[in-house]
Amino acid sequence: MSSATPKAVSAPLEFLDERVGLAKLVKSNLRKVFPDHWSFLLGEIALYSFIVLLLSGTFLTLWFKPSMQEIVYNGAYGPMQGLHMSEAFASTLDISFSVRGGLLMRQIHHWAAMLFIGAMTIHMLRVFFTGAFRKPREINWLIGTILLQLGLIEGFTGYSLPDDLLSGTGLRFVEGLIRSVPVVGTYVSFFLFGGEFPGDAIIPRLYPIHILLLPGLILALVAAHIGLVVYHKHTQHTGSGRTNKNVVGYPLMPVYMAKAGGFFFIVFGVTALMGALFQLNPVWIYGPYNAAQVGAGTQPDWYMGWVEGGLRIMPNWETHIAGFTISWNIFIPGVGLLGLLAVVMSIYPFIERWVTGDNREHHLLDKPRNQPTRTGFGVAGMTFYGLLWIGGGNDIIATTFHLAINDITWFLRIAIFIGPVIAFMITKRICIGLQRRDRDKLLHGTESGIVMRLPHGEFIEVHKPLPMEQAYELAAHDRQEPLDIGAGVDHNGVEAPNRRILRLRARVSRFWFGDAVQKPTAGELEAAHTHGHGHDDGHGELEAGESEAHRPEVGAGSGKTPT
Amino acid sequence: MSSDLSSHGEVAIPDASGAGDPIPDPGLPPHEPRLTDVDEQAAKRAERQVATLFGLAALLIIAFVVAYLVVPRHAAFLGFGASNLALGSTLGLALLFIGVGAVQWARRLMDDHEIVEERHSSSSSEQDRAEAIAVVRQGADESGIGRRTLIRRTLIGAVATLGIAPIILLADLGPLPGNKSAHTIWRRGTRIANDVTFKLLRPEDLELGQLVNAVPLTLEDLPEGKERNNARAKASVILVRMEENQIRALPNRKNWGVGGILCYSKVCTHVGCPVNLYERVTRHVLCPCHQSTFDLADNGRVVFGPAARSLPQLPIMVDADGYLVAQSDFTEPVGPSYWERG
Ligand code: HEM
Ligand code: HEM
Ligand code: FES
Repeated sequence: MSSATPKAVSAPLEFLDERVGLAKLVKSNLRKVFPDHWSFLLGEIALYSFIVLLLSGTFLTLWFKPSMQEIVYNGAYGPMQGLHMSEAFASTLDISFSVRGGLLMRQIHHWAAMLFIGAMTIHMLRVFFTGAFRKPREINWLIGTILLQLGLIEGFTGYSLPDDLLSGTGLRFVEGLIRSVPVVGTYVSFFLFGGEFPGDAIIPRLYPIHILLLPGLILALVAAHIGLVVYHKHTQHTGSGRTNKNVVGYPLMPVYMAKAGGFFFIVFGVTALMGALFQLNPVWIYGPYNAAQVGAGTQPDWYMGWVEGGLRIMPNWETHIAGFTISWNIFIPGVGLLGLLAVVMSIYPFIERWVTGDNREHHLLDKPRNQPTRTGFGVAGMTFYGLLWIGGGNDIIATTFHLAINDITWFLRIAIFIGPVIAFMITKRICIGLQRRDRDKLLHGTESGIVMRLPHGEFIEVHKPLPMEQAYELAAHDRQEPLDIGAGVDHNGVEAPNRRILRLRARVSRFWFGDAVQKPTAGELEAAHTHGHGHDDGHGELEAGESEAHRPEVGAGSGKTPT
Repeated sequence: MSSDLSSHGEVAIPDASGAGDPIPDPGLPPHEPRLTDVDEQAAKRAERQVATLFGLAALLIIAFVVAYLVVPRHAAFLGFGASNLALGSTLGLALLFIGVGAVQWARRLMDDHEIVEERHSSSSSEQDRAEAIAVVRQGADESGIGRRTLIRRTLIGAVATLGIAPIILLADLGPLPGNKSAHTIWRRGTRIANDVTFKLLRPEDLELGQLVNAVPLTLEDLPEGKERNNARAKASVILVRMEENQIRALPNRKNWGVGGILCYSKVCTHVGCPVNLYERVTRHVLCPCHQSTFDLADNGRVVFGPAARSLPQLPIMVDADGYLVAQSDFTEPVGPSYWERG
């Protein structure tokens, strides 16, 4: 950089520095380091699609009329001229047919909404499976939990605004769900809808919630979320030179400014292309909402599919007590599932912390296989979600595969309980298998594919030593042994008072870590290398092998008899 | 594994990973130069590539403006709206090119030496904590909030009461439900009309196996908009005609039909979708939303699906002029269940 900064640049900078201490901010933040990994882009996609939503949504507000006043349509879309409809629906038609670029913006907005929630969900899975929610990031996980819920509600309120047949049907469900809430349901419903369904208040009321309240909350929480990412510094995957005490990567300026900035344009560009090429929510085909009509094969946006599935496969239980009605058939899937998601997500990090008794800061990410139980839970949760989601499309599955809806429903009612358990067990086994393979690799190196005949006629496959970096990476995780609570008696042989809880905790911890395969100890490693054939120098220590990059290697090539 | 739950405040981060056990950290691998680092030609090519992407983006934006001005609003192209397609693809590609250009610039031309930054514990040092506590104590002492219990309690009381104000202000959001949910606009003698044409229905208008969507004629008297929509949402009905001997009416419902014509609420008792898929052979009607299925020959009983209650039946008869009319309102609330429904 040239040392003589032109005055046009230096003058405003000086102005700012003298007033807000700009230089200090710049100095400490502009070269902040972020680690590079594709999975860290997921949070960014969520962020950028949210910005696209803010931009496209603001454009839509310029024409959208949040009113349920009934009018006779005489706009540009011929087939609907003369029809009675709400102003909201008519203005949605105007945006689609009379405003140039309006349809594009509507479709960008809707595609970005789907992408937003999708990216957020996968981002959450990434955080879960790598253990990025552990101390000190639990608060960020909780913020994320709230963001996910707000995102779902925001998507639903948006979906309801155009007042077409689908959005009205969606609102009808919500009214039914709210009414199923014991004691206060009917009152809440009357207050929300300004009386009976559909009324003429719900869209004018959802509108400020959709364009002001929820985006404002989301924005504030996203700011706090990113602020915490900066404060904690991003986690990183294990690898040579990457420890729990450092962060290795590229600086914000210039590399991440270009990469992240560029990535924002890519996300925007992709949503714009989707808006250009793929039609979605063609409200002019559905028509205006009419409480007495419904389209066959009515489907919500994808992210509500699992709740829809819950509503479909729930048995029709309803209780009548003392002159009151409790609609379990609606309350459990409709309100219960979202509640379950929120509760499970918010307590999980704390449950794990309790089980492991681990109160240390973690900045290195786990490989999912090295946490077989957590990974198992994650896959079980995904299976549960997936089965519900399939349930949400049971009519489509029935017609596509010529199955009876009744059979699908019964299958799902059972699978929803058994499936996650099976998924848990299989996942855990796979993880443990992978752990065992890692251990073998460390002890014996990798198969080279070269078969050798020994003097006495035996065939062996030559094992290559692992490159040092790879070996280090395979063994850099924690040893995880079940909690040892000791004998639990003090010097006088008296049981500690909290012994019962401790015992419970030890039992859970055994379940958690009991059958995990441990990485080899230094002694085991040495023993394996000493007994191996190959070019072992007898110490079994790390050897400077003759690998390509002249990096040290480990796991000296010992032979193993092929079967 | 450490089971020490009471460790607080170390500023240095203890190494919480098994890193280095049993294999020591070989340290950061040496930097591998890229082609563009060692070959000036390759760097020039990369530069030209990035510049081309940015240049194309600018051209595409111009194309976007042209498309905005010249493509007619309602023209179609290959089944797509031409305007949407032209605007979207020029804008989308322009954005994409800017993005790809920036990323390529970073990946191929910007310095790619990895930087190592030290981490510090998220918590403050013991000393900072002690000082923070001291500051708070001092502030509290100076305010006297601990000693002046009267002030403290009345303040808490005042602020807690203040919370009532915004809640009470929301009371006008809606009327109280009362028993509105339990009634519709059907009355004794209300005529039954086709739901689109408002043509009155006579028994002869229904063929065997046919389903007709209908509404009370009095719907037309309500002002358009909210009132009519609300009334329609509850009062919509379906009429079906079947062989009289197929009907298994409950004892008290023997005279609720007219010559094999029965009338049911159209509002699903699950969460309220209109039921509309009628299978004339089984005389089942299916709700398209979650597939609740009701047997219309058997008092609207639920035969499948998540709905818990039978479809309410509207007792009907023929009036002096030969038109189908209601005998009364529904005898139970229609639509989704609710707490007070009983
Ligand atoms: C509006 C939605 C969200 C946005 C815009 C967002 C954005 C981000 C970004 C940009 C990062 C850093 C890059 C990365 O690791 O991907 C991040 C990290 C993180 N996010 Fe989110 N996120 C959102 C939702 C969530 C949700 C739903 C969760 C979990 C429940 C979550 C939990 C976390 C955690 C724990 C981190 C720290 C990860 C680490 O340092 O490895 N976020 N978020
Ligand atoms: C997380 C953020 C958001 C999500 C998930 C979201 C989702 C949606 C969805 C799914 C629709 C229906 C679109 C359609 O007609 O096909 C919609 C409509 C709409 N949104 Fe959003 N939105 C978000 C933020 C915003 C913001 C910030 C604004 C305004 C500042 C906004 C303004 C609108 C308007 C005016 C409509 C109605 C226009 C129409 O449907 O044509 N949205 N939104
Ligand atoms: S609304 Fe009819 S089955 Fe759900």
